[in-house]
Amino acid sequence: MNKITEALLELVSDWKGAFSGAYNIREDGVCAGRQSSEHIKIESKEGAPGLVIHIAPYTKNETVYIPACVTHSDVNDLVYNDFYVGEGADVTIVAGCGVHSDGEEEARHNGIHRFFVEKGAHVLYQEKHAGSGTGAGLRRIDPVSDIHLAEDAVLEMDTVQIGGVDRTDRKTTAQLADRARLIIHESILTEEEQTAKSDFSVSIDGEDAAVDLVSRSVAKGHSHQDYHSRILGNNRCTGHSECDAILVGSGQVNAAPELFAGHIDASLIHEAAIGKIAGEQIIKLRTLGLTEEEAEERIIQGFLQN
Amino acid sequence: MLVLEHLAWGLPDGEPILKDITLTLPTGKLIVVTGPNGGGKTSLAKLIAGLETPSSGHIFLDGEEITSLDITQRARKGIAYAFQQPVHFKGLSVQDLLELAAERKLSEDELCTILGQVGLCAQDYKNRQVDASLSGGESKRIEIATVLARKNAGLLIFDEPEAGIDLWSFSGLIDAFQRIQAKKQTSALIISHQERILQIADEIVVIAGGKVRTAGPREEILPTLLKEEKAGRCPLERGNSYE
Repeated sequence: MNKITEALLELVSDWKGAFSGAYNIREDGVCAGRQSSEHIKIESKEGAPGLVIHIAPYTKNETVYIPACVTHSDVNDLVYNDFYVGEGADVTIVAGCGVHSDGEEEARHNGIHRFFVEKGAHVLYQEKHAGSGTGAGLRRIDPVSDIHLAEDAVLEMDTVQIGGVDRTDRKTTAQLADRARLIIHESILTEEEQTAKSDFSVSIDGEDAAVDLVSRSVAKGHSHQDYHSRILGNNRCTGHSECDAILVGSGQVNAAPELFAGHIDASLIHEAAIGKIAGEQIIKLRTLGLTEEEAEERIIQGFLQN
Repeated sequence: MLVLEHLAWGLPDGEPILKDITLTLPTGKLIVVTGPNGGGKTSLAKLIAGLETPSSGHIFLDGEEITSLDITQRARKGIAYAFQQPVHFKGLSVQDLLELAAERKLSEDELCTILGQVGLCAQDYKNRQVDASLSGGESKRIEIATVLARKNAGLLIFDEPEAGIDLWSFSGLIDAFQRIQAKKQTSALIISHQERILQIADEIVVIAGGKVRTAGPREEILPTLLKEEKAGRCPLERGNSYE
């Protein structure tokens, strides 16, 4: 692994010189390290770049790390990862992505993930995206997630984009069986001329299934963000979509939550709130001794971390 | 010591709110500013904390003119201000806000001490978001706690601290004010209509119609105020009755 990969790993996946348990590190489109564990098997995918990750039924309290790094420009990394999570398992998946570019050409990572979460399994999926480097070439991350939750399965997905990524186009689709729950918390910070697009489409097919989509975003400079969520309530279920955005400078946010109720007992809610930081919040923190810039930074930090 | 000299301030449309306020607020005292609604009390507090800029006049803190200092600079000089209407933050916990006020990490015991003064239990509240999920009374108590948590603040301003506070927590608040009163290097300026707060004041300032109607030791001012209240009159609105 080169030094840039190590720095990116630290930034996006809590790397501290090593991972314990199962992991696969992807560097500029190739494997830079892999280890399976007794209960989590990581194998190369046949016929396409990527991984197949099998998590054995009833695996408890284990973490699998699958970070990917692009360390220079003129890389277009495309990867297909499939996660098979066995019945009753309770695991954490850490899947950060860092893109570094000091050159003129684009540096891109495009991760296509499929999740098959079996009955009663619980998965915490953590994904942090960051860009770095001084090159004029665009740093781009375009993740795709296709989620299938069986009866009573739960997937909690925390995705964070902390800055430095020039373009993002995120697509997430999900199907939920009876009593399955999908909880997605997305935090995105864009600056300068960056753009970010998030598109969620969740089909709640099972009885008493539930989805909660929460997006927190901050658009600074001249950046632009698009948020679109579509929740289809096809059974007795609950669905909630919330998009909160803060504008700083000339940032722009377009939020379009969409609901479809195809069942009399589908209970669906959407909320969207976009605006600048409230003046009284800045003033309050200034009365505690912070400068205007420090107050703004602290408010944004808290907003995105929440 | 805080000295206000000929302070005036008005709304952007030119309507005067404060007219020629001159006051000396000694260090180590608990001063209660009272008077009818709309008389200019909150405006005065905002001028002292730097939230508004006077159209004329001067403000001195411990001998140094602070009239041109901004909010942050005044906070760093030791002026702390509890808002009448608490501010909500999406994404800041009670602990986050108190640690910003204290300018350091706070231990569980310290959180307990600070929140206990406003009748809240740290275990129940430290991780709560300072947002609309809090009731009006809870928000108000946390707002007051941010001032109690301030490190090295010499002048603590509370704007109607009693608003929304239940009877039991209010007694605790009185105790907290009396503890501040016991510190000889700290002054408290409390805007209030509450008789129980007026009863613990060292000095009372009555503001009405944008002017100081009277000011002096509690023993001199309070009996007249209470007498007028018993008689069913509002002396504070009668123009020059104290001048």
